[in-house]
Amino acid sequence: MRYEAPETAESAAALLAATADARVLAGGTDLLVQMRSDIVDPALIVDIKRITETRRVTEEKGGWRVGAAVTGAELKEHPRLKKVWPGVVEAANLIGSTQVQGRATLGGNLCNGSPAADSVPALIAAGAVATAAGPQGRRDIPVEDVMLGPRKLALTRGEFVLSFLLPPRPPRSSDAYLRFIPRTEMDIAVVGAGVSLTIDSGGTITAARVSLGAVAPRVLLVREAATAIIGSRLEKEAQDRLEAAARAACTPIDDKRGTVEFRVQVAGVLTRRAALIALDRARTS
Amino acid sequence: MAKHHIETTVNGDATEFLCETEDTLLDVLRDTLQLTGSKEGCASGDCGACSVMLDGRLVCSCLVLGCEVAGRKVDTIEGVAKGQALHPLQQKFLEHAALQCGICTPGFIVASKALLERNPNPTDTEIRYWLAGNLCRCTGYDKIVTAVKDAAVALRKG
Repeated sequence: MRYEAPETAESAAALLAATADARVLAGGTDLLVQMRSDIVDPALIVDIKRITETRRVTEEKGGWRVGAAVTGAELKEHPRLKKVWPGVVEAANLIGSTQVQGRATLGGNLCNGSPAADSVPALIAAGAVATAAGPQGRRDIPVEDVMLGPRKLALTRGEFVLSFLLPPRPPRSSDAYLRFIPRTEMDIAVVGAGVSLTIDSGGTITAARVSLGAVAPRVLLVREAATAIIGSRLEKEAQDRLEAAARAACTPIDDKRGTVEFRVQVAGVLTRRAALIALDRARTS
Repeated sequence: MAKHHIETTVNGDATEFLCETEDTLLDVLRDTLQLTGSKEGCASGDCGACSVMLDGRLVCSCLVLGCEVAGRKVDTIEGVAKGQALHPLQQKFLEHAALQCGICTPGFIVASKALLERNPNPTDTEIRYWLAGNLCRCTGYDKIVTAVKDAAVALRKG
Protein backbone atom coordinates (compact mmCIF):
# COMPACT_ATOMS: atom_id res chain seq x y z
CA MET A 1 0.00 0.00 0.00
CA ARG A 2 1.47 3.33 -1.13
CA TYR A 3 1.01 6.65 0.69
CA GLU A 4 1.34 10.05 -0.93
CA ALA A 5 0.74 13.49 0.53
CA PRO A 6 0.91 15.89 -2.43
CA GLU A 7 0.94 19.64 -1.93
CA THR A 8 -1.12 20.62 -4.95
CA ALA A 9 -4.60 19.63 -6.14
CA GLU A 10 -3.20 18.88 -9.58
CA SER A 11 -0.66 16.35 -8.34
CA ALA A 12 -3.30 14.74 -6.09
CA ALA A 13 -5.64 14.37 -9.08
CA ALA A 14 -2.84 12.89 -11.19
CA LEU A 15 -2.00 10.35 -8.47
CA LEU A 16 -5.65 9.39 -8.00
CA ALA A 17 -6.18 9.05 -11.75
CA ALA A 18 -3.13 6.87 -12.22
CA THR A 19 -4.18 4.16 -9.75
CA ALA A 20 -7.45 2.29 -10.08
CA ASP A 21 -7.70 1.38 -6.43
CA ALA A 22 -6.79 4.69 -4.80
CA ARG A 23 -8.51 6.27 -1.82
CA VAL A 24 -8.52 9.87 -0.63
CA LEU A 25 -7.50 10.42 2.99
CA ALA A 26 -8.86 13.50 4.74
CA GLY A 27 -9.60 12.99 8.46
CA GLY A 28 -9.43 9.22 8.21
CA THR A 29 -12.26 8.58 10.67
CA ASP A 30 -14.10 6.45 8.14
CA LEU A 31 -11.25 5.27 5.88
CA LEU A 32 -9.02 3.90 8.64
CA VAL A 33 -11.93 2.03 10.22
CA GLN A 34 -12.84 0.54 6.83
CA MET A 35 -9.22 -0.48 6.25
CA ARG A 36 -8.98 -2.03 9.70
CA SER A 37 -12.14 -4.07 9.17
CA ASP A 38 -11.01 -5.16 5.67
CA ILE A 39 -13.88 -3.39 3.91
CA VAL A 40 -11.32 -1.57 1.75
CA ASP A 41 -7.71 -2.39 0.91
CA PRO A 42 -6.51 0.41 -1.35
CA ALA A 43 -3.32 0.21 -3.39
CA LEU A 44 -2.73 3.93 -2.85
CA ILE A 45 -3.74 6.44 -0.19
CA VAL A 46 -3.64 10.10 -1.21
CA ASP A 47 -3.60 12.34 1.87
CA ILE A 48 -5.06 15.71 0.79
CA LYS A 49 -4.28 17.59 4.00
CA ARG A 50 -0.98 19.03 2.73
CA ILE A 51 -2.88 20.88 -0.01
CA THR A 52 -3.34 24.37 1.41
CA GLU A 53 -6.77 24.87 -0.16
CA THR A 54 -8.23 21.87 1.68
CA ARG A 55 -7.24 23.24 5.07
CA ARG A 56 -8.38 26.86 5.12
CA VAL A 57 -11.53 28.91 5.62
CA THR A 58 -11.62 32.13 3.60
CA GLU A 59 -14.15 34.74 2.52
CA GLU A 60 -14.95 34.60 -1.18
CA LYS A 61 -17.45 36.60 -3.24
CA GLY A 62 -19.31 37.57 -0.08
CA GLY A 63 -19.59 33.93 0.97
CA TRP A 64 -17.28 31.47 2.68
CA ARG A 65 -14.95 28.94 1.07
CA VAL A 66 -14.33 26.01 3.44
CA GLY A 67 -11.61 23.49 2.66
CA ALA A 68 -12.66 19.86 2.35
CA ALA A 69 -10.20 18.82 5.08
CA VAL A 70 -11.17 21.46 7.65
CA THR A 71 -12.17 19.60 10.83
CA GLY A 72 -15.30 19.90 12.91
CA ALA A 73 -13.28 21.32 15.80
CA GLU A 74 -11.82 24.01 13.52
CA LEU A 75 -15.26 24.96 12.21
CA LYS A 76 -16.51 25.30 15.79
CA GLU A 77 -13.61 27.54 16.75
CA HIS A 78 -13.87 29.77 13.69
CA PRO A 79 -14.72 33.26 14.95
CA ARG A 80 -17.35 34.11 12.31
CA LEU A 81 -18.59 31.03 10.51
CA LYS A 82 -20.91 29.89 13.28
CA LYS A 83 -22.71 33.24 13.28
CA VAL A 84 -23.42 33.11 9.54
CA TRP A 85 -23.98 29.35 9.18
CA PRO A 86 -24.93 28.00 12.62
CA GLY A 87 -26.71 25.01 11.10
CA VAL A 88 -23.71 23.88 9.08
CA VAL A 89 -21.38 24.19 12.06
CA GLU A 90 -23.74 22.44 14.49
CA ALA A 91 -24.26 19.60 12.03
CA ALA A 92 -20.52 19.09 11.60
CA ASN A 93 -20.09 19.21 15.38
CA LEU A 94 -22.58 16.38 15.90
CA ILE A 95 -20.22 13.90 14.27
CA GLY A 96 -18.53 11.68 16.85
CA SER A 97 -16.54 12.43 19.97
CA THR A 98 -14.10 15.24 20.80
CA GLN A 99 -11.35 13.05 19.37
CA VAL A 100 -13.28 12.45 16.14
CA GLN A 101 -14.07 16.18 15.92
CA GLY A 102 -10.32 16.79 15.89
CA ARG A 103 -10.05 14.80 12.65
CA ALA A 104 -13.40 14.44 10.88
CA THR A 105 -13.91 16.76 7.90
CA LEU A 106 -16.75 18.09 5.76
CA GLY A 107 -15.22 16.61 2.61
CA GLY A 108 -14.84 13.21 4.21
CA ASN A 109 -18.35 13.23 5.59
CA LEU A 110 -19.73 13.89 2.10
CA CYS A 111 -17.43 11.57 0.16
CA ASN A 112 -17.81 8.66 2.58
CA GLY A 113 -21.13 8.41 0.77
CA SER A 114 -23.43 7.68 3.71
CA PRO A 115 -27.07 8.78 3.43
CA ALA A 116 -26.94 9.42 7.20
CA ALA A 117 -23.97 11.84 7.11
CA ASP A 118 -24.84 14.67 9.49
CA SER A 119 -23.14 17.59 7.78
CA VAL A 120 -24.56 16.84 4.33
CA PRO A 121 -28.22 17.90 4.86
CA ALA A 122 -26.94 21.13 6.42
CA LEU A 123 -24.63 21.78 3.44
CA ILE A 124 -27.41 21.03 0.96
CA ALA A 125 -29.88 23.28 2.81
CA ALA A 126 -27.21 25.97 2.80
CA GLY A 127 -26.93 25.78 -0.97
CA ALA A 128 -23.27 24.83 -0.69
CA VAL A 129 -21.36 24.03 -3.87
CA ALA A 130 -18.49 21.54 -3.86
CA THR A 131 -15.43 22.34 -5.93
CA ALA A 132 -13.93 19.12 -7.27
CA ALA A 133 -10.42 18.91 -8.65
CA GLY A 134 -9.57 16.29 -11.25
CA PRO A 135 -7.26 15.46 -14.14
CA GLN A 136 -9.33 17.71 -16.44
CA GLY A 137 -9.23 20.63 -14.02
CA ARG A 138 -11.84 21.90 -11.61
CA ARG A 139 -15.62 21.95 -11.64
CA ASP A 140 -18.34 23.08 -9.28
CA ILE A 141 -21.05 20.61 -8.25
CA PRO A 142 -24.03 21.46 -6.02
CA VAL A 143 -23.62 19.29 -2.91
CA GLU A 144 -26.99 17.62 -3.52
CA ASP A 145 -25.60 16.26 -6.81
CA VAL A 146 -22.37 14.80 -5.41
CA MET A 147 -23.88 11.69 -3.87
CA LEU A 148 -25.73 9.23 -6.11
CA GLY A 149 -26.45 6.52 -3.55
CA PRO A 150 -24.81 4.68 -0.66
CA ARG A 151 -21.02 4.81 -1.28
CA LYS A 152 -21.65 6.08 -4.83
CA LEU A 153 -20.45 9.53 -5.85
CA ALA A 154 -20.80 11.57 -9.04
CA LEU A 155 -17.02 12.06 -9.10
CA THR A 156 -15.04 10.67 -12.03
CA ARG A 157 -11.73 8.83 -11.75
CA GLY A 158 -9.08 11.10 -10.29
CA GLU A 159 -11.59 13.65 -9.00
CA PHE A 160 -11.84 14.62 -5.35
CA VAL A 161 -13.59 17.37 -3.41
CA LEU A 162 -11.20 20.22 -2.71
CA SER A 163 -13.49 22.71 -0.95
CA PHE A 164 -17.02 23.99 -0.48
CA LEU A 165 -18.44 27.43 -1.22
CA LEU A 166 -21.15 28.60 1.16
CA PRO A 167 -23.01 31.34 -0.72
CA PRO A 168 -23.40 34.98 0.37
CA ARG A 169 -26.03 35.45 3.06
CA PRO A 170 -28.78 38.05 2.64
CA PRO A 171 -29.89 39.89 5.81
CA ARG A 172 -32.34 38.00 8.07
CA SER A 173 -31.12 34.59 6.99
CA SER A 174 -30.22 31.56 9.07
CA ASP A 175 -30.16 27.79 9.18
CA ALA A 176 -30.50 24.85 11.55
CA TYR A 177 -29.86 21.10 11.58
CA LEU A 178 -31.50 18.52 13.82
CA ARG A 179 -31.11 14.79 13.92
CA PHE A 180 -32.76 11.98 15.84
CA ILE A 181 -30.63 9.40 17.61
CA PRO A 182 -31.72 7.12 20.45
CA ARG A 183 -29.03 8.49 22.78
CA THR A 184 -27.77 11.98 23.57
CA GLU A 185 -24.72 11.99 21.28
CA MET A 186 -22.16 9.93 19.38
CA ASP A 187 -24.53 7.97 17.20
CA ILE A 188 -25.55 7.76 13.56
CA ALA A 189 -28.61 9.75 12.50
CA VAL A 190 -31.88 7.83 12.25
CA VAL A 191 -33.22 10.95 10.54
CA GLY A 192 -31.49 14.29 9.91
CA ALA A 193 -33.16 17.54 8.79
CA GLY A 194 -31.51 20.75 7.61
CA VAL A 195 -33.39 23.97 6.90
CA SER A 196 -32.04 27.28 5.64
CA LEU A 197 -34.27 30.31 5.13
CA THR A 198 -34.44 34.06 4.60
CA ILE A 199 -37.24 36.36 5.81
CA ASP A 200 -38.18 39.90 4.79
CA SER A 201 -38.53 42.77 7.27
CA GLY A 202 -42.13 41.73 7.90
CA GLY A 203 -41.15 38.16 8.81
CA THR A 204 -42.35 36.47 5.62
CA ILE A 205 -40.12 33.71 4.29
CA THR A 206 -38.71 34.78 0.92
CA ALA A 207 -36.32 31.89 0.31
CA ALA A 208 -35.85 28.44 1.81
CA ARG A 209 -34.06 25.16 1.26
CA VAL A 210 -34.87 21.91 3.06
CA SER A 211 -32.76 18.76 3.09
CA LEU A 212 -33.34 15.35 4.69
CA GLY A 213 -30.80 12.67 5.59
CA ALA A 214 -31.13 8.95 6.38
CA VAL A 215 -34.59 8.65 4.80
CA ALA A 216 -33.55 7.68 1.25
CA PRO A 217 -30.56 6.13 -0.56
CA ARG A 218 -29.02 9.61 -0.74
CA VAL A 219 -29.40 12.86 1.16
CA LEU A 220 -32.38 14.67 -0.37
CA LEU A 221 -32.99 18.27 -1.38
CA VAL A 222 -36.74 18.56 -0.81
CA ARG A 223 -37.94 21.42 -3.03
CA GLU A 224 -41.62 20.77 -2.22
CA ALA A 225 -40.92 21.35 1.46
CA ALA A 226 -39.28 24.67 0.71
CA THR A 227 -42.16 25.69 -1.56
CA ALA A 228 -44.56 24.85 1.28
CA ILE A 229 -43.20 27.63 3.48
CA ILE A 230 -41.97 30.29 1.02
CA GLY A 231 -44.41 33.22 1.23
CA SER A 232 -45.56 32.20 4.71
CA ARG A 233 -44.59 33.35 8.16
CA LEU A 234 -44.40 29.71 9.24
CA GLU A 235 -47.86 29.80 10.77
CA LYS A 236 -49.43 26.53 11.93
CA GLU A 237 -50.85 25.83 8.46
CA ALA A 238 -47.46 26.38 6.82
CA GLN A 239 -45.82 24.12 9.39
CA ASP A 240 -48.36 21.41 8.57
CA ARG A 241 -47.68 21.78 4.84
CA LEU A 242 -43.95 21.61 5.55
CA GLU A 243 -44.31 18.44 7.59
CA ALA A 244 -46.47 16.79 4.96
CA ALA A 245 -44.03 17.67 2.16
CA ALA A 246 -41.08 16.38 4.18
CA ARG A 247 -42.83 13.10 4.95
CA ALA A 248 -43.88 12.68 1.32
CA ALA A 249 -40.24 12.88 0.18
CA CYS A 250 -39.09 9.99 2.39
CA THR A 251 -38.36 6.53 1.00
CA PRO A 252 -36.46 5.04 3.94
CA ILE A 253 -35.47 1.49 4.77
CA ASP A 254 -36.29 -0.54 7.87
CA ASP A 255 -33.17 -1.27 9.86
CA LYS A 256 -32.00 -1.71 13.42
CA ARG A 257 -31.94 2.05 13.92
CA GLY A 258 -35.51 2.78 12.85
CA THR A 259 -38.54 1.54 10.98
CA VAL A 260 -39.93 3.09 7.81
CA GLU A 261 -42.98 4.40 9.66
CA PHE A 262 -40.88 5.90 12.45
CA ARG A 263 -38.42 7.57 10.10
CA VAL A 264 -41.17 9.15 7.99
CA GLN A 265 -42.94 10.47 11.08
CA VAL A 266 -39.73 11.83 12.63
CA ALA A 267 -38.65 13.44 9.35
CA GLY A 268 -41.77 15.62 9.46
CA VAL A 269 -41.30 16.56 13.10
CA LEU A 270 -37.59 17.37 12.78
CA THR A 271 -38.13 19.43 9.62
CA ARG A 272 -40.75 21.56 11.40
CA ARG A 273 -38.55 22.02 14.46
CA ALA A 274 -35.47 22.87 12.39
CA ALA A 275 -37.49 25.42 10.40
CA LEU A 276 -38.71 27.06 13.62
CA ILE A 277 -35.15 27.27 14.95
CA ALA A 278 -33.88 28.70 11.64
CA LEU A 279 -36.72 31.25 11.65
CA ASP A 280 -35.94 32.30 15.19
CA ARG A 281 -32.27 32.70 14.32
CA ALA A 282 -33.11 34.66 11.14
CA ARG A 283 -35.19 37.12 13.20
CA THR A 284 -32.26 37.87 15.47
CA SER A 285 -29.45 37.62 12.92
CA MET B 1 8.05 -1.68 -0.99
CA ALA B 2 10.39 0.26 1.24
CA LYS B 3 9.13 1.52 4.55
CA HIS B 4 8.41 5.20 5.02
CA HIS B 5 11.02 7.17 6.92
CA ILE B 6 9.16 9.67 9.09
CA GLU B 7 10.68 12.56 11.04
CA THR B 8 8.45 14.06 13.69
CA THR B 9 8.38 15.45 17.23
CA VAL B 10 7.13 13.29 20.10
CA ASN B 11 6.78 14.83 23.55
CA GLY B 12 9.07 17.64 22.50
CA ASP B 13 11.85 15.38 21.22
CA ALA B 14 12.86 15.12 17.57
CA THR B 15 12.02 11.53 16.65
CA GLU B 16 12.31 9.40 13.55
CA PHE B 17 10.87 6.03 12.71
CA LEU B 18 10.16 3.62 9.87
CA CYS B 19 6.61 2.47 9.16
CA GLU B 20 4.40 0.77 6.62
CA THR B 21 1.54 2.77 5.10
CA GLU B 22 -1.08 0.83 7.04
CA ASP B 23 0.64 1.30 10.42
CA THR B 24 -1.36 3.63 12.61
CA LEU B 25 0.22 6.23 14.84
CA LEU B 26 -0.81 3.98 17.74
CA ASP B 27 1.07 1.04 16.20
CA VAL B 28 4.14 3.22 15.79
CA LEU B 29 3.99 4.65 19.31
CA ARG B 30 3.55 1.27 20.97
CA ASP B 31 5.48 -1.13 18.79
CA THR B 32 8.25 0.99 17.28
CA LEU B 33 8.85 3.81 19.78
CA GLN B 34 8.03 1.63 22.82
CA LEU B 35 5.69 4.30 24.17
CA THR B 36 3.12 1.83 25.49
CA GLY B 37 1.17 4.27 27.65
CA SER B 38 -1.37 4.82 24.86
CA LYS B 39 -3.61 1.76 24.78
CA GLU B 40 -5.45 -0.04 22.03
CA GLY B 41 -9.02 -0.64 23.10
CA CYS B 42 -11.19 -0.77 20.00
CA ALA B 43 -8.90 0.31 17.14
CA SER B 44 -11.90 2.06 15.57
CA GLY B 45 -12.03 5.47 17.27
CA ASP B 46 -14.80 4.58 19.69
CA CYS B 47 -13.07 4.12 23.05
CA GLY B 48 -10.46 6.88 23.36
CA ALA B 49 -7.85 4.70 25.12
CA CYS B 50 -5.30 5.72 22.46
CA SER B 51 -5.93 9.47 22.80
CA VAL B 52 -2.94 11.68 21.99
CA MET B 53 -2.43 15.30 20.99
CA LEU B 54 -1.55 15.93 17.33
CA ASP B 55 -0.46 19.53 16.68
CA GLY B 56 -2.32 20.50 19.85
CA ARG B 57 -5.52 18.72 18.85
CA LEU B 58 -7.00 15.74 20.73
CA VAL B 59 -7.25 12.72 18.41
CA CYS B 60 -7.43 8.93 18.54
CA SER B 61 -4.00 7.68 17.48
CA CYS B 62 -5.65 4.54 16.07
CA LEU B 63 -7.32 6.77 13.46
CA VAL B 64 -4.09 8.45 12.32
CA LEU B 65 -1.56 6.85 10.00
CA GLY B 66 2.06 6.94 11.11
CA CYS B 67 2.92 8.54 7.76
CA GLU B 68 0.66 11.48 8.50
CA VAL B 69 2.70 12.80 11.43
CA ALA B 70 5.77 13.77 9.38
CA GLY B 71 6.75 17.25 10.54
CA ARG B 72 3.94 17.35 13.12
CA LYS B 73 3.97 17.45 16.91
CA VAL B 74 2.72 14.43 18.84
CA ASP B 75 2.18 14.54 22.59
CA THR B 76 1.37 11.36 24.50
CA ILE B 77 0.64 10.33 28.08
CA GLU B 78 4.38 9.78 28.57
CA GLY B 79 4.92 13.54 28.37
CA VAL B 80 2.31 14.49 30.95
CA ALA B 81 4.30 13.96 34.16
CA LYS B 82 7.41 16.07 34.64
CA GLY B 83 10.03 13.53 35.69
CA GLN B 84 8.83 12.01 38.96
CA ALA B 85 6.29 14.81 39.52
CA LEU B 86 2.81 13.74 38.53
CA HIS B 87 0.53 16.15 36.71
CA PRO B 88 -2.32 17.34 38.97
CA LEU B 89 -4.73 15.26 36.86
CA GLN B 90 -2.70 12.11 37.52
CA GLN B 91 -2.51 12.95 41.24
CA LYS B 92 -6.25 13.55 41.46
CA PHE B 93 -7.10 10.36 39.56
CA LEU B 94 -5.12 8.49 42.23
CA GLU B 95 -6.64 10.40 45.15
CA HIS B 96 -10.20 9.91 43.95
CA ALA B 97 -9.65 6.29 42.83
CA ALA B 98 -10.76 7.32 39.34
CA LEU B 99 -9.38 4.12 37.86
CA GLN B 100 -9.57 0.42 38.45
CA CYS B 101 -8.07 -1.67 35.65
CA GLY B 102 -6.33 1.40 34.24
CA ILE B 103 -6.53 0.64 30.53
CA CYS B 104 -8.65 3.72 29.80
CA THR B 105 -6.74 6.01 32.17
CA PRO B 106 -3.99 7.33 29.86
CA GLY B 107 -6.64 8.34 27.34
CA PHE B 108 -8.74 10.02 30.03
CA ILE B 109 -5.72 11.94 31.35
CA VAL B 110 -4.69 13.16 27.89
CA ALA B 111 -8.28 14.11 27.00
CA SER B 112 -8.90 15.82 30.36
CA LYS B 113 -5.68 17.79 30.06
CA ALA B 114 -6.81 19.05 26.64
CA LEU B 115 -10.13 20.09 28.18
CA LEU B 116 -8.59 21.97 31.12
CA GLU B 117 -6.18 23.80 28.83
CA ARG B 118 -9.18 25.16 26.91
CA ASN B 119 -11.62 25.46 29.78
CA PRO B 120 -10.01 25.80 33.23
CA ASN B 121 -13.35 25.65 35.05
CA PRO B 122 -15.64 23.16 33.30
CA THR B 123 -19.04 22.12 34.59
CA ASP B 124 -19.90 18.46 35.15
CA THR B 125 -21.86 18.48 31.91
CA GLU B 126 -18.98 20.00 29.96
CA ILE B 127 -16.62 17.36 31.38
CA ARG B 128 -18.99 14.52 30.53
CA TYR B 129 -19.55 15.72 26.95
CA TRP B 130 -15.86 16.38 26.34
CA LEU B 131 -14.97 12.90 27.65
CA ALA B 132 -17.84 11.10 25.91
CA GLY B 133 -15.31 9.58 23.49
CA ASN B 134 -13.43 7.93 26.36
CA LEU B 135 -15.01 4.72 27.57
CA CYS B 136 -14.44 3.23 31.03
CA ARG B 137 -16.00 -0.11 31.97
CA CYS B 138 -14.90 -0.05 35.62
CA THR B 139 -15.57 3.22 37.38
CA GLY B 140 -19.00 4.32 36.24
CA TYR B 141 -17.40 7.71 35.41
CA ASP B 142 -18.45 9.63 38.55
CA LYS B 143 -15.03 9.34 40.14
CA ILE B 144 -13.39 10.45 36.91
CA VAL B 145 -15.57 13.56 36.72
CA THR B 146 -14.80 14.31 40.37
CA ALA B 147 -11.07 13.91 39.78
CA VAL B 148 -11.12 16.19 36.73
CA LYS B 149 -13.02 18.87 38.65
CA ASP B 150 -10.63 18.64 41.57
CA ALA B 151 -7.63 18.81 39.24
CA ALA B 152 -9.16 21.91 37.66
CA VAL B 153 -9.29 23.52 41.11
CA ALA B 154 -5.67 22.56 41.76
CA LEU B 155 -4.54 23.91 38.38
CA ARG B 156 -6.41 27.18 38.86
CA LYS B 157 -4.65 27.67 42.21
CA GLY B 158 -1.40 27.06 40.31
